[in-house]
Amino acid sequence: MNLYIELLASTIRMSVPLILACIAGLWSERAGIVDIGLEGKMLIAAFIAASASAVLGSAWIGLFCAILASLSFALVHGYAAINQRGNQVVSGVAINMLAAGLAVVLGNEWFREGGRTPALPPEGRFLPLHFPALDELPVIGPLVRVFLEHSVLAYAAFALVPLTAWALARTRFGLRLRAVGENPHAVDTAGISVAALRYRAVIIAGVLCGVAGAYISTSLSSSFVRDMTAGGGFMALAALIFANWRAWPALGACLLFGFLQAVGNFAQGASIGGFQIPVQFINMLPYVLTVVLLAGFIGKSAPPKASGIPYVKDR
Amino acid sequence: MMQARGELPNWVDAGLIPLINLAVALIASGLVVLVIGENPFEAMWIMIQGSLGSLKGWGYMLYYATNFVFTGLAVAVAFHAGLFNIGGEGQAYMAGVGAAAVGLGLDFLPWPILLPLAILAAMAMGAFWAWIPGVLQAKRGSHIVITTIMFNFIAASLVGYLINYWFRPVGKMAVESREITGAYILSAREVAREFFGVRIASSPLNFSVFLALIAAWAVWYLLWRTKLGYEIRALGANPAAAVYAGIRPDRIIIIAMTISGGLAGLMAVNEILGVQHRLLLGYVGGAGFVGIAVALMGRSHPIGILLAAMLFGLLYQGGSELSFARPEINRDMVVVIQGLVILFMGALEYAFRPALSALFYSVGREGNQ
Repeated sequence: MNLYIELLASTIRMSVPLILACIAGLWSERAGIVDIGLEGKMLIAAFIAASASAVLGSAWIGLFCAILASLSFALVHGYAAINQRGNQVVSGVAINMLAAGLAVVLGNEWFREGGRTPALPPEGRFLPLHFPALDELPVIGPLVRVFLEHSVLAYAAFALVPLTAWALARTRFGLRLRAVGENPHAVDTAGISVAALRYRAVIIAGVLCGVAGAYISTSLSSSFVRDMTAGGGFMALAALIFANWRAWPALGACLLFGFLQAVGNFAQGASIGGFQIPVQFINMLPYVLTVVLLAGFIGKSAPPKASGIPYVKDR
Repeated sequence: MMQARGELPNWVDAGLIPLINLAVALIASGLVVLVIGENPFEAMWIMIQGSLGSLKGWGYMLYYATNFVFTGLAVAVAFHAGLFNIGGEGQAYMAGVGAAAVGLGLDFLPWPILLPLAILAAMAMGAFWAWIPGVLQAKRGSHIVITTIMFNFIAASLVGYLINYWFRPVGKMAVESREITGAYILSAREVAREFFGVRIASSPLNFSVFLALIAAWAVWYLLWRTKLGYEIRALGANPAAAVYAGIRPDRIIIIAMTISGGLAGLMAVNEILGVQHRLLLGYVGGAGFVGIAVALMGRSHPIGILLAAMLFGLLYQGGSELSFARPEINRDMVVVIQGLVILFMGALEYAFRPALSALFYSVGREGNQ
């Protein structure tokens, strides 16, 4: 019983950065900007959050700096993709490398620990909320705590899903943003700036990746270590495809992948039901599922029609 | 990919613009060095000294370059077909399994038979790992960028499993296979000692460097001298026109990806058969991604790729020397430079073109008066 509760809590914790990054990708790709750079933005944000928080002693300042760092990378991507009409995949690859390299080079220079950042004190971290009342609640107390005792960033991540679904389906901004990802010419003809809409999407993605990174280094962990995001950005991308670029299914996909990550962490060397499942197979499952889905064997994936295509105004 | 914004002479497009982009990328890297409080010129001098200043440095530089030629060519062949193969990392990793499986499993064979077999097995495994995304793109429309990324992660887990459960000898703590003794490529140092009785500086440089030259020539021949190469380039340049010319896109996509994966797989020959002589966890170490930078910088032409691979070889070798001489500058500075090269030579490749175009036209007009 305890194991299952621990697994459930771990699933929720692991899926928070996935949800944030996945929704970031959702905003960007729904506006027609392919974002391979989720991983890099999360990584630089994780590094800056841990560094700023370690130096300035406040998790909130860390979060703010992380968002700025991620945002600046997002704007580079936006400039390359929107103004320069460059290849968006190439730009994303560049951002991932730049982030991976800079985090270690700057970290090594600032803290002289080979790219690590110092361990954060409690006030430098986003710790899980604690509800003393639940301690006295019998039987269901522990179960309710699994769902409620998380950091504020986790609450933000879960609140983001209905907000995104609503904004994309019900607001003028959301509808225009989706239109720009499907048919930018129509949006342009209606007299609305394609570039401005796409920049807004890129900025939203940057902010959300910043929060995701800060969560990883200041809530899930208490310092930054190199390659800390460990492919989470790509897993979020996989979840986005798995969810067919929709907010609610994205939540489901992230919870599923988060669960698989949690199982992978728990199953290190353990056997399930007398049958030994190598942990490597659990680790690769999200990617295998995504490829199978992409191949059209379960359902059909339908990306935004204009995604990845630079918009060129007709003369 | 982009329509022309004002015609420019060929030497500007193919020569001057890449050089300007490279210069900007290096200047940006220099700024990073400056930010961490070091002298960028001094850093560059240490890097050049560390790789070109000694025979050992040259050996290491060419050894790194060999890897990057293979992964760079892999990216380039796919590029010519209009495909972005980000999966070189996973393809090279799987190729290591092929090389090690044949090298260890068939080591009762004499080496003149075993070594070619191991090389072929490396290529075959690399090709196979690119063939699946190729087929999925051609037949099912799954985007090659996403599938090759996913295949990198699948390979990382799968090879980890294979080494742990199949290759690792019982009782061995390190996660690696036993030593490959049959399919063994002598290093330049060993060749010099055994056959010429000369002692040269120790480096991992081996026969694979010639294989890289052969591969570069073969890719040039394939792309510019054969019908298949023409079809690959036609598909990449204009898919609609290629279809009207009777070229079957699905066939070309699958073939181009398979060749691309096979080339990435050759990296295992240098690294596994030539240097490590065992299958190691995570042995590719990012060389697959360096291939993207190399291909972009070399403009997907074999000559350009050879030069770009040597430059990155210099950066890698010089980078480790630099981190010894100046511990403040971490070895990952090379990764930063890589990222900046990809940014300025790939995503922002046309950033300086309008300015140059304006400059040329104004100069040209004055000249005519």
